[in-house]
Amino acid sequence: MKQVYASMLWACAIIWTLSAQAEDASAIHTLAASCAACHGPNGNSLGGTPTLAALNQDYFVQRMQGFKDGSVSSTVMHHHAKGLTSAEITALASYFAQQPRQTPQALPHQSFQGAQ
Amino acid sequence: MTHDSILASQPHTPSRRQFMRSVIYGGLAFYGLPAFARASKPPLGHVVIVGAGFAGLTAAKYLRAWSMGNLKVTIIEPNPQFISCPQSNLVLGGSRTLDQLSFGYDLSRKQHGLHWVKDSVTSVDLANKQVQLTRGNLSYDRLILAPGVDFNVSKIPGMPAPVADIPHAWKAGKQTLQLRQQLESMPDGGVFVMTIPTGAYRCPPGPYERACQVAHYFKQHKPRSKVLILDANADITSKKGLFLQSFNGTYQGIIEYHNNSEILQLDTTSKTIKTDFETVKADVLNVIPPQLAGKVAQVAGLNNVDGRWCEVDFVTYASSLQPDVHIIGDSISAGLPKSAHMATSQAKVCAAAIIDLQMGNAPNPLPVFANTCYSFVDDQQAMHVANVYRYDPAKKSMVSAEGGGVSAKASTQEGQYAQAWAENIWADTLT
Repeated sequence: MKQVYASMLWACAIIWTLSAQAEDASAIHTLAASCAACHGPNGNSLGGTPTLAALNQDYFVQRMQGFKDGSVSSTVMHHHAKGLTSAEITALASYFAQQPRQTPQALPHQSFQGAQ
Repeated sequence: MTHDSILASQPHTPSRRQFMRSVIYGGLAFYGLPAFARASKPPLGHVVIVGAGFAGLTAAKYLRAWSMGNLKVTIIEPNPQFISCPQSNLVLGGSRTLDQLSFGYDLSRKQHGLHWVKDSVTSVDLANKQVQLTRGNLSYDRLILAPGVDFNVSKIPGMPAPVADIPHAWKAGKQTLQLRQQLESMPDGGVFVMTIPTGAYRCPPGPYERACQVAHYFKQHKPRSKVLILDANADITSKKGLFLQSFNGTYQGIIEYHNNSEILQLDTTSKTIKTDFETVKADVLNVIPPQLAGKVAQVAGLNNVDGRWCEVDFVTYASSLQPDVHIIGDSISAGLPKSAHMATSQAKVCAAAIIDLQMGNAPNPLPVFANTCYSFVDDQQAMHVANVYRYDPAKKSMVSAEGGGVSAKASTQEGQYAQAWAENIWADTLT
């Protein structure tokens, strides 16, 4: 019987840990997904902006901290970097470093069909 | 997928056992393991999304991806294709065609396993969690409304109903082409009059970008013509300093900006507008109507802020009136610009929260996201406004973080960034 309780406790602990980690992971992948408007799906840019997928983690932090403290000049990115915390920058660096670099799919262009 | 198979789906009421299974598999799903034991019913339930614009399509994609396929997602959309409002002002300026802004839904639909119903919602049965369509009905566990804006034409004095030759072109499509054709047919020396409503409307800098685009066209092809902006607002509502640089610089003598110029009377036959200060006659008239939440939000009775916009909880985007109905994009009441990037950012927060809620977990209580918006002043040069927004639990709203701001000036470099923005947000939404 003790063994049954022990394994139940163990199972609860696993679920609890998974949920807690999933919560953090969920928060950072939601924030990271917000970067897609300029940097492409999962950080794979179609061009014109840097690809963030599989980017070196230290380089990401170095650039973003530079935009944040003004030591690296930028056209747009300082307006984002200054609004993020250092912890968020570190978490984003780690997230994007783990994303696979992929060739983006072609856009599904279509001729205008005359509606709307 | 057949229409019937969707119509046959029943409301999903998970048993306690199914619920635990969802928690476990859902938890595993976040770690990249396959959802190996798929129940006949989707483990995390059925989400119906009304509207396949930037907000709705993005929510659909991320609900499927982040739940590892454990959620069933059905989109209801009457239109056959996606037309991008961003860059549609450039069609008026002549540097883009509408074809370049038109996209098919098939890729997104197939690759994310979306169920798709080409139809419109006629009513929402909130108590029984069903939407009525023109052909049949659909049951949901959670409903997302992403209908964009509707136009309140009847609020315009003298224009009780839409008038065929006065397009607003505030949703990209045939009206965009119509307005472009009117500008092409207008003789040199003519006047293009555009009116801007007070209160929240889609794309705050959009009217001023449009004025620049029309002026760009005039400058090249009809240099004696004028652009007159009758703004009902007290001042330029977005990127003011930057737009003034263009109005008083490149477009001096072409663009004239009049503030506090609410329409007192509009004669649609002669295209004459009377304001407090003047009476003007347009050769080409573009009345941007007052706006409100899209029709389905009105039909569901969820436009509870001034009868125009929908109040939501910014942690989950649930309606303040109905916790299992989520509203994203231009229809919500927020101190946030109604932009495409904002719509996609809200859609992602909403998708993550719905997965958490369906798993029985608490959603992230402090969402953070970014918004970047570019405006083109001609065919090459653009400028931005960019901000990070984070949830403030005391204010119960998304608040602009410190450090955001606008360009120093419009530039060709930012024109290239603006094009990259468009291609990347299209890719994020449509692939």
